[in-house]
Amino acid sequence: MAKKLMKGCEAIGEAAVQAGCRLFFGYPITPQNEIPEYMSARLPQLGGVFVQAESEVAASNMLYGAAGAGCRCFTSSSSPGISLMAEAMSYLAGSELPVVIVNIMRAGPGLGGILPSQSDYFQATKGAGHGDYRVLVLAPSTVQEAADLMMEAFDLADKYRNPVMVVGDGLIGQMMEPVEFKRHIDPEDLPEKPWATTGAVGRAPNVVNSLYLRAEDLEQHNWHLQRKYAAMQAEVRHETYLADEDLDVLIVAYGTVARISRTSIDALREKGLKVGLFRPITLFPYPSEALWATAQRAKHVLVAELSTGQMVEDVRAVIALRRRVDFFGRCGGMVMTAEELADAAEQLAAVPASVPA
Amino acid sequence: MHSELIMAGFGGQGVLLIGKLLAYAGMKAGLEVTWMPAYGPEMRGGTCNCTVVLSDRQVGSPVTNRPHGAIVLNLQSIDKFEPLVRPGGILVVNTSLINRDVGRTDLIVVPVPANQIAKDAGSAKAANVVALGAFLGASGLVDPQLVKNVLAETFAGRPKIVELNDVCLTRGVDIGRTFAPALAAR
Repeated sequence: MAKKLMKGCEAIGEAAVQAGCRLFFGYPITPQNEIPEYMSARLPQLGGVFVQAESEVAASNMLYGAAGAGCRCFTSSSSPGISLMAEAMSYLAGSELPVVIVNIMRAGPGLGGILPSQSDYFQATKGAGHGDYRVLVLAPSTVQEAADLMMEAFDLADKYRNPVMVVGDGLIGQMMEPVEFKRHIDPEDLPEKPWATTGAVGRAPNVVNSLYLRAEDLEQHNWHLQRKYAAMQAEVRHETYLADEDLDVLIVAYGTVARISRTSIDALREKGLKVGLFRPITLFPYPSEALWATAQRAKHVLVAELSTGQMVEDVRAVIALRRRVDFFGRCGGMVMTAEELADAAEQLAAVPASVPA
Repeated sequence: MHSELIMAGFGGQGVLLIGKLLAYAGMKAGLEVTWMPAYGPEMRGGTCNCTVVLSDRQVGSPVTNRPHGAIVLNLQSIDKFEPLVRPGGILVVNTSLINRDVGRTDLIVVPVPANQIAKDAGSAKAANVVALGAFLGASGLVDPQLVKNVLAETFAGRPKIVELNDVCLTRGVDIGRTFAPALAAR
């Protein structure tokens, strides 16, 4: 298939279609409206269903119903809308339902603004709703990667019977880049889901539920979920850029900021500074081992985010006892320029390495 | 080759469209491309802009505060983007709507009466394509024929629109080319 120039939001929508998804439930919010817009035109062509629900709360519970019936389905929203879906996400995880949830993040808290942000990292990786649950979180940094990860998200959701989140920001959603869809999955060819509530003809009824009134049972259920989250470690992935050597500064960034970092790094390399990038692609599970393997060759570690500092806590959890971790962030919808990030890295490079004893 | 460019004007002048045309043509030329529209509150005020990055390597930042060139179609846009263009960069100015001189002396300024030229060719609506042509003529960044191919695909089945845009692009390119030597001399 030839490459097409597509908006990130449209590419995410088409990737879902190519992954065999025929059901979308959502509620409009900037800056991800092109996803429901695209699905509203595309799904009816294919015999699928697009539902604009009365709210995000309703949309996310429609997702519960469709996934419980064994259907591939997804929703997309932006930060305040994802907050409204938090209750359903807990239920989806508790009931072990495979769904894909896209968050094209905007700046908060509260209604905040419509401009790009990465301030929902905690919400995505630590659990938006109640209870001991996790969702697998994928963070693309190009439109092509958004399409690739979106397709894969459905497979991962099925594999682990768990919600998978794809997080981008307003830039990933709104920018256009060349994209090609490398796979095509016919909904008819999707694997059977023997646990799904599909009518119980000639078999005992299946139950999809997160209610366990006996504490002994609920504890066992929780340990089962934890073993599943531990098994997700097999999916951990990352990418590096010019980081396979001893470095003055290692920048750690994901999504859009990782791209901005590449531009900063190119400029710093021209000045002779050894600066590289570590980019987590899975935010949960976090590529901790790979991060330390790269970071131990760096004099300084600088985490850059479009937030006041969220992922930096995970980086510190991995290496704080072994390296000092500095932070550079913009927030509120302000996007850091490649120059200001380069300046921050350059200033850091000029001070002696502080390696905690 | 790495070029970060901004196109700006009123909403409705077609700055997002010429950005897409340029990005598409760049893609067909084998370059890495990114098109990024301003979608924030600033566009609610009636002005509009987009950033196009063309590069022979993977595109890093999709936004820029130091563009290598800019096409400005109205007064607000030249006020906003003239100060940002890198020294030696190209600034295409739509003199049909911008009645002030460019203050910077370190830019290749390409003045084009884009609305007038487009109107003479059949419709002032194609002023954006005249301006894009002028930029391509001056910069030599992408073969104008690639843009014509994209226009033919975009407006397939509407031959009059294709022809109008063809003529407008060519007139813009012809004007832009007269500034190419100034660029080459730098």
